[in-house]
Amino acid sequence: MYAQLVETGAKRVKSLDEMSPEERAFQERIDAEIKIEPKNWMPDGYRQTLIRQISQHAHSEVVGMLPEGNWVTRAPTLKRKLQLMAKIQDEAGHGLYLYSAMETLGADRDEEIEKLHNGKAKYSSIFNYPTLSWADIGTIGWLVDGAAIVNQVVLQRTSYGPYSRAMIRICKEESFHQRQGYQILLDLMRHGTDEQKQMVQDSINRFWWPALMMFGPHDDDSPNSQQSMAWKIKRKSNDELRQMFIDQTVPQLEFLGCTAPDPDLKWNEERGHYDFGEINWQEFYDVLKGNGPCNRERIATRKKAIEEGAWVREAAVAYAEKQKQRAAA
Amino acid sequence: MAEWSLYEVFVRSKHGLNHKHVGSVHAADAAMAMENARDLYTRRNEGVSIWVVPSSAITASTGDEKEALFDPSEDKVYRHASFYQLPDEVGHM
Repeated sequence: MYAQLVETGAKRVKSLDEMSPEERAFQERIDAEIKIEPKNWMPDGYRQTLIRQISQHAHSEVVGMLPEGNWVTRAPTLKRKLQLMAKIQDEAGHGLYLYSAMETLGADRDEEIEKLHNGKAKYSSIFNYPTLSWADIGTIGWLVDGAAIVNQVVLQRTSYGPYSRAMIRICKEESFHQRQGYQILLDLMRHGTDEQKQMVQDSINRFWWPALMMFGPHDDDSPNSQQSMAWKIKRKSNDELRQMFIDQTVPQLEFLGCTAPDPDLKWNEERGHYDFGEINWQEFYDVLKGNGPCNRERIATRKKAIEEGAWVREAAVAYAEKQKQRAAA
Repeated sequence: MAEWSLYEVFVRSKHGLNHKHVGSVHAADAAMAMENARDLYTRRNEGVSIWVVPSSAITASTGDEKEALFDPSEDKVYRHASFYQLPDEVGHM
């Protein structure tokens, strides 16, 4: 999940009888699976929740470039370097699709980015972990993008039209990311030295739990989920999505010949799902609050990029102005 | 980015098909909007032609006036080919 703990402002979900006529018409439209478009009336809570969720999602795409950027100059071959750059460029594109969708709600991009910089807006906890080895690039593509896909495939049916359309576009591009990641790991496991195989296992050990945290807190601890589900912004609960991800990932893990750092992970014949151990939620909340291994570095890097790019944006405006005057003369 | 304008992007996916709205970009001018649109929306051969239009130049129908605007077409079933029943002997028409 690229958006975790999105505040809806609702203590509990209103029944149709408690709603104003407009609100009721809106909810009935959602219940009938008709998409909400920018010019339709919507409750303020719906609008604000979407702005929070979409901006958090967009920030995640943008900050998500940073751990990968660490390996552009260190990629083992030119082919891998080109693939990694293509993936990073996609992430920038995904951020832009999402910022555009967010702007249709009347939010201002600069203001939302400022909220990221001053800590008011969040981004996915996963990008606060460092990429220590080349195997991490493979693991991120496979596990992190894999978890994002599980979430995003469902979000293609989200109730807000522009968000849904951005998700459809993103999902089309995302499977390349996961496959390139898995292939990196597969190559290391099949053709690598013992040290390289160990590097893969070490990378999975570090990213396994943080990847599971991407789906957010347990449903019982997620008071905002109910309202988001009623508005059909969210279509499946955090725990459902996490289970889906684990069920599809474990066979891939076994195919690699690696293990998960979870002694409780085992197939449950009765449930038809994998059982798994308890997530360290304290770590999740710590990272979300800004105390993960790389939080400060990530935000500092983003700020620096914006500040040091200011002259480029100013020059572009000055150039456009000059061209306009020349054309008029 | 407040000083940059918003442009809507339309891409023609294959020769012969209509341009279709795909999203928007911010840019200082139309030429830059075109370059940004190319980088953002056609990284995988999605298009053979791009239009960029300042968002401010678009006049749109509002969701709320839906009934009034589209009402006139709703009771005119005779505009559809399926309204006209012909004998089977006539064959495909």
